[in-house]
Amino acid sequence: MKQIGKKTITLIITLLLISFAAFLAFQVIPGDPSLSVLGMDATEQQIAAYQKQMGLDRPMPVRYVSWVWDFVRGDLGDSYHYGTSVGGLLGDKLPVTLALTAVSFLFILGLSIPFGILMARFADTRFGRLVNVVNQTLMSVPSFFLGVLLILVFGLMLKWFTPGEYISYRESTTGFLLYLIAPAAAIAIPKTAMVIKFLRSSVLEQRKKDYVRTAYSKGNTDNRVLFIHVLKNSCIPVITILGMIIADTMAGSIVVEQVFNLPGVGRLLVSSIGYRDYPVVQAIIVYIASAVVIVNFIVDMLYRLADPRIREE
Amino acid sequence: MRYFGKKNTALTAGILISAVLFAVMLIGVFYTPYESSKMNGAEKFMAPCARHLMGTDNFGRDIFSRVLEGLGTTFFVAVSVTLFGSLFGVLLGAITGYFGGILDEILMRMNDALVAFPSILLALVFISILGNKVYQIILALGIIFIPSFARIVRGEFIRQKELDYVKSARLMGAGHFRIMFFHILPNTLPALLSAITVGFNNAVLAEAGMSYLGIGVQPPDASLGRMLAEAQGYLFSAPWYALYPGVVIILLILGFSLINEGLGA
Repeated sequence: MKQIGKKTITLIITLLLISFAAFLAFQVIPGDPSLSVLGMDATEQQIAAYQKQMGLDRPMPVRYVSWVWDFVRGDLGDSYHYGTSVGGLLGDKLPVTLALTAVSFLFILGLSIPFGILMARFADTRFGRLVNVVNQTLMSVPSFFLGVLLILVFGLMLKWFTPGEYISYRESTTGFLLYLIAPAAAIAIPKTAMVIKFLRSSVLEQRKKDYVRTAYSKGNTDNRVLFIHVLKNSCIPVITILGMIIADTMAGSIVVEQVFNLPGVGRLLVSSIGYRDYPVVQAIIVYIASAVVIVNFIVDMLYRLADPRIREE
Repeated sequence: MRYFGKKNTALTAGILISAVLFAVMLIGVFYTPYESSKMNGAEKFMAPCARHLMGTDNFGRDIFSRVLEGLGTTFFVAVSVTLFGSLFGVLLGAITGYFGGILDEILMRMNDALVAFPSILLALVFISILGNKVYQIILALGIIFIPSFARIVRGEFIRQKELDYVKSARLMGAGHFRIMFFHILPNTLPALLSAITVGFNNAVLAEAGMSYLGIGVQPPDASLGRMLAEAQGYLFSAPWYALYPGVVIILLILGFSLINEGLGA
């Protein structure tokens, strides 16, 4: 319990640091936001009035506190470019990115565990070594190029889906999820290869331990030793990299949304950077970073549940 | 060196792939078959052939020449980023790991916060602040890569500073600076090398990803990621336009990840 309390405090400090960094980063940018809204020939009175209206005339710490407070209450400010509220802009796009991340993550989990075990089981055979080479190569494929390849092969040549013809989740949930398969695969396959490699070497590492020799000496079969004894211990280090994988999956969706023309947060982020629409950029950054930190926190907790040895530290 | 002498297929293959790409890149600096930005209306969308090894694009530009130039850009950015990140990362990691204390505590908390940001997201933010010239991209990515190096070096320093050889160096009257950089640092080399290969690959991915999004290296500088983005519109009629830049990116990453694999063996 003491550990959990300590971890929670660290989590809160990290979240505050993230918000402060996101706030500060956009304070030091050269260029005055009031000029970009009012135009270059705004008079000094107009600028002063605008700054008072937006609260830009207050000292920075005050602005930071009120920004965080607004953020917590769900008021993310207004977009410079679209003129609408950032919350409204995001509300539309967040489900797409979250669904994409979730489907990719399910892909990763569903594929990497069975394949990782299989590869460890047959690691010493020639076939196993061949698959390992293929795996290593898959790990090196950037997700956006994999996306392009999937579009070429499954979209244009086999015509399994129509590239660029996005189906909104409002129209049809099944259609939306089906359209997510290809982008999710593009994100998931390189990461899956990474988890497979990790799980495989973790199993191979565990197989050298004394308890495995004991298990064999008691007359257990290969399969029984692998599934009952080794697997449980091999999964522990894999949980640690899952947190990292989630961060990568989110980052992957930023780029892959562009490849598949998905109207998610990633595309909004890229276009907002182009427009220098800082309130939107700021909100997306805080959202994604907070999501990553919180998911990592949860993974850390799971880790403690899975392995009593860590709890006692 | 303990890496040599025994058969290490991964390391050999990795070095081979990287060396060939490096040689090709070097040639590209001095010689390209065609001028990379020269358009030729008569030779649009030519499939790969003897005259154009990788075919031509929508403006009739020679894709091989453009890939050579893009490879150069990617290499330059990735190497600079890795150098920048590892240099400052080693300094920070060495100081915090060796001395510990409150400075260590503060820097590590900042590190945690920074690591929470997916690197491409952070890169996009830095670039929206700094601008997107090549040197600004290197600076942005370089800053982002510092924590990963600092963390590894710090861990190594914490582990090594209690070892006997450090104690005896101290007894012999060696100063902190000497112990840190002449005694401990060489012993962190295996961990550092592995971090460098991983960092290089992440830098390649980040650079290619950003230029794919149109936020990285700007024209007229050729870039593999941007070529891929442009090629996507002609995927069905000219698949080679997308395939070659993509395959080159894969080889670049594969080479270094094989080296990393081989070093760990």
